[in-house]
Amino acid sequence: MVTLTYLAAVLATLPLIFILFHIAKLGAHSINFDLFTRMPQPVGEPGGGMANAITGTLILIGIAASVGVPIGVGAGLYLAEHRNSPLANTVRFLSDVLNGIPSIVMGIFAWELLVRPVGHFSALSGGIALGAMTIPLVTRTTEEMIKLVPNALREAALALGYQRWRTSLVVVLRTAMPGIVTGALVAIARISGETAPLLFTAFGNQFWSTSLKQPIAALPLQIFNYAISPYDEWHSLAWAGALVLIGIVLVISIAARLATRQRFGAVID
Amino acid sequence: MRDLERQQRLSASIVAVDVGDRIYSLITTAFAVCIPVLLIAIAVEIGRAAWPALHQFGFGFLTSSEWDVPAGKFGAAPAIFGTIVSSLLALIIATPLALGVAIFLSEFAPRWLQQPVAFLVDLLAAIPSVVYGLWGIFVMIPLLRDDVIPFLRDTLHLGGTPLFSGPAYGPSMLAAGVILAIMALPYISAVSREVLRAVPRSQREAALALGATRWEVIRDAVIPNARSGIIGGVILGLGRALGETMAVTMVIGNRAEISASLLAPGYTMASLIANEFSEATSDLHLSALMAVGAVLFLITIVVNAIARWLVWSVAVKAEA
Repeated sequence: MVTLTYLAAVLATLPLIFILFHIAKLGAHSINFDLFTRMPQPVGEPGGGMANAITGTLILIGIAASVGVPIGVGAGLYLAEHRNSPLANTVRFLSDVLNGIPSIVMGIFAWELLVRPVGHFSALSGGIALGAMTIPLVTRTTEEMIKLVPNALREAALALGYQRWRTSLVVVLRTAMPGIVTGALVAIARISGETAPLLFTAFGNQFWSTSLKQPIAALPLQIFNYAISPYDEWHSLAWAGALVLIGIVLVISIAARLATRQRFGAVID
Repeated sequence: MRDLERQQRLSASIVAVDVGDRIYSLITTAFAVCIPVLLIAIAVEIGRAAWPALHQFGFGFLTSSEWDVPAGKFGAAPAIFGTIVSSLLALIIATPLALGVAIFLSEFAPRWLQQPVAFLVDLLAAIPSVVYGLWGIFVMIPLLRDDVIPFLRDTLHLGGTPLFSGPAYGPSMLAAGVILAIMALPYISAVSREVLRAVPRSQREAALALGATRWEVIRDAVIPNARSGIIGGVILGLGRALGETMAVTMVIGNRAEISASLLAPGYTMASLIANEFSEATSDLHLSALMAVGAVLFLITIVVNAIARWLVWSVAVKAEA
């Protein structure tokens, strides 16, 4: 029985190693400078790249962060300060529910709200859909980080004459800021790989576009389109794109893990 | 005289504190209220857009297996069936593995091994869905088609059973189930780990004192204590598997038919929406897709609510 659990542990870590290995192997030889600077070429012409997709992902992440992080931090502040009020408990529960909503449902909601009335796809709608998905994550991490700030700090500030709101904003928030930033980064890393909400909001774009009111390319969308295509060159581009995407996501996730562990290692362990 | 001045100064500062505090409180409450408002907005918008189709097809929408776009007939049964089957298959594969890992990490693993293994398993959750799909198309499906399915059919002689009948093209319910299992694994494992760790040491020590072997300690003292939390974790993994779109769309074959065989292509609600939404021209088609989205929304909300409640009840018990 005990050996079965050892076996389970091995089997559970295998897929990750498998996936990372294949991405590295199949994506590595398509990684070159062209990938980041050239536009997608028609099939058959060599030397295509994913410049518009990578830029598009960065723009979408920017919009998502500017929508999701302020709301998340504000809600987190509220939850941390009103521990057990009925509204706080409801918001906490609903935030978890929001977290579990499939990304495609977010996508069709954003389509119904932001694309259908206007009549065309836009980067803004995609960014807002992604931003709505970051709200629960940022709320939760903000609340946790603010709860970790020692009460003595708050009491000292109040004793020195700071009003409550100043204590919260200037003292508590600033102390918890590294943790909050890390949490926001983790949320952003998670949504940077999301494709489904973008399928009918940002929609994807073959050409270079940075306008917020036009469809915009995104790395996960590009990978999806290339993966289901029948062309080999596009397949290898898809692997290269996956390598870039995973690189971004993993680097942020690992850095966030390391950062929070170092800072709060003594408290948690 | 001095007392009066001090009192005036105090009351002035209390008034100032009050105003700033009030504004701050208002702003944070407004931000917090955004979350329920967003949820209600999602429910309302999707419900409103789904209403025409639901009104036209009634309850038959959920039971009819005819998804005929040109003829304007929409029955979501194949998609619902596919979602449920692929998610259940994922749970069947993932739960023993995830539990095994969780038990390994919380009971048997040496300290130096705990962090790396836990980290690797949790990292599975960070991989984007479309990358799973890419890997599924080019690595996992050939593996299934060339090695696993012949093994199941010929060596284990399962080819005669209805579950494994029919030609194995590659994209299939089985492929979707396996990929969903890999994607649900880290969630089940993480929750189970926390819950197992929350079981008090006294339980383990009492069992050991009564002469139990290491495995008997886990089976009889630890797991029963952690049971509702583990079930909560499993249901959380289920919730994740139900809503998964991209990886499933890329490996399930996208055929709107109910089939008994795991080797046949299928459809899930999420992949149905993903595939047909941007090309839906008629209003009825769009509304039908919205209705599928509404059903998916409801199912995942209920499943996730149950999961959270189970996990929270364990956390409350542990604190008590």
